[in-house]
Amino acid sequence: MSLRFQRLLLILLTLVIILSAVLLILYNTRENVSYFYTPSEIDKLDIVINETIRIGGFVENDSFNKISSNSFKFKITDEKASILVTFNGILPDLFREGQGAVIEGAFVNKDIFNATNVFAKHDENYMPASIKEDLKNTGYWNKKYK
Amino acid sequence: MKFLVNPSKFNKIADYVFKPLLILSIILFALGLLFSFYLSPDDYQQGSTVRIMYVHVPSAWLALLTYAIMTLYSIAGLAFRIPFGFIINTAVAPIGAVFTLICIISGSLWGKPMWGTWWVWDARLTSVAILFIIYLIIIFMNLSFENRIVREKVVAIFVLVGSINLPIVKFSVDWWNTLHQPATISKLSKPSIDPSMMIPLIIMTFAFIMVGLAIAILRIKIEIISRKSNLI
Repeated sequence: MSLRFQRLLLILLTLVIILSAVLLILYNTRENVSYFYTPSEIDKLDIVINETIRIGGFVENDSFNKISSNSFKFKITDEKASILVTFNGILPDLFREGQGAVIEGAFVNKDIFNATNVFAKHDENYMPASIKEDLKNTGYWNKKYK
Repeated sequence: MKFLVNPSKFNKIADYVFKPLLILSIILFALGLLFSFYLSPDDYQQGSTVRIMYVHVPSAWLALLTYAIMTLYSIAGLAFRIPFGFIINTAVAPIGAVFTLICIISGSLWGKPMWGTWWVWDARLTSVAILFIIYLIIIFMNLSFENRIVREKVVAIFVLVGSINLPIVKFSVDWWNTLHQPATISKLSKPSIDPSMMIPLIIMTFAFIMVGLAIAILRIKIEIISRKSNLI
């Protein structure tokens, strides 16, 4: 085995070891690395009242209620569980029913989540506006696109 | 392929391709911007804001690609004692840093209207911020050390350690819940982007590659000359 090859092997081996160490750390702290919890993950956790957390999912269809001009009530769902959210403030443009959203705030009691910040989540689909009309007309529109 | 590791052969090839590269990048940028602004449709949801993607995504790809190239050359430099590997590290680190910065700024400008925030500390955004800091550290390390031989090795080792961040940037959106959307274009599946939006994205990517290459050639040549004349 030549010296060059030994050096190469040593470098690659070191990289693999450091990488696996970092990945192990990240894997075991994944709950803290994740930006938000989904509603079904919340179900498994112990809810701490008034502790700031973020929840994320889709805004449930037919759940959006406008209480006053800047106060809203809606449900966040991941199709397995859902959480009732109240919010005072300005919603982002992309926010609507069926659209992904991330909510920052805290549980005021076991069932109601009071939001301090609402972020709209955009999915990985990009489509021209004209095609949306075509799809709707031909009936191929997937409700999930919204 | 000797020109990829041999400075004098690289200089010869570089002289041939530099002007064509510049002309090509001007044409591609003109075409790409024309497509981005006028010949591509509005998104069904984002409206005109989707056009930020044509700058954001290519710069993100190039930021990662530049670092990947530095990683390969660092391995070559350390394992096979090829000095050209170290030349690349010094020359292209600022290019990668600028691409990362463009990616971060354009992403913020997109995030404000779409997400409702300039910046969040989710896994994707944080790992890209770390990538930018790593680039900055490499640039400053290149400016420090008195002894060139020591400097080259320390920088190359640091580049290798920092390369661990690359898979984390790439897969952060799959491994953790993030506000940032997952990849639209991957090899395994059909892209979830319409061809009319794919065309400007591809043209802009090649335009960025050409500009990056042209600047890299200039910087590598300067590095070779200053080494020959023992300026550093």
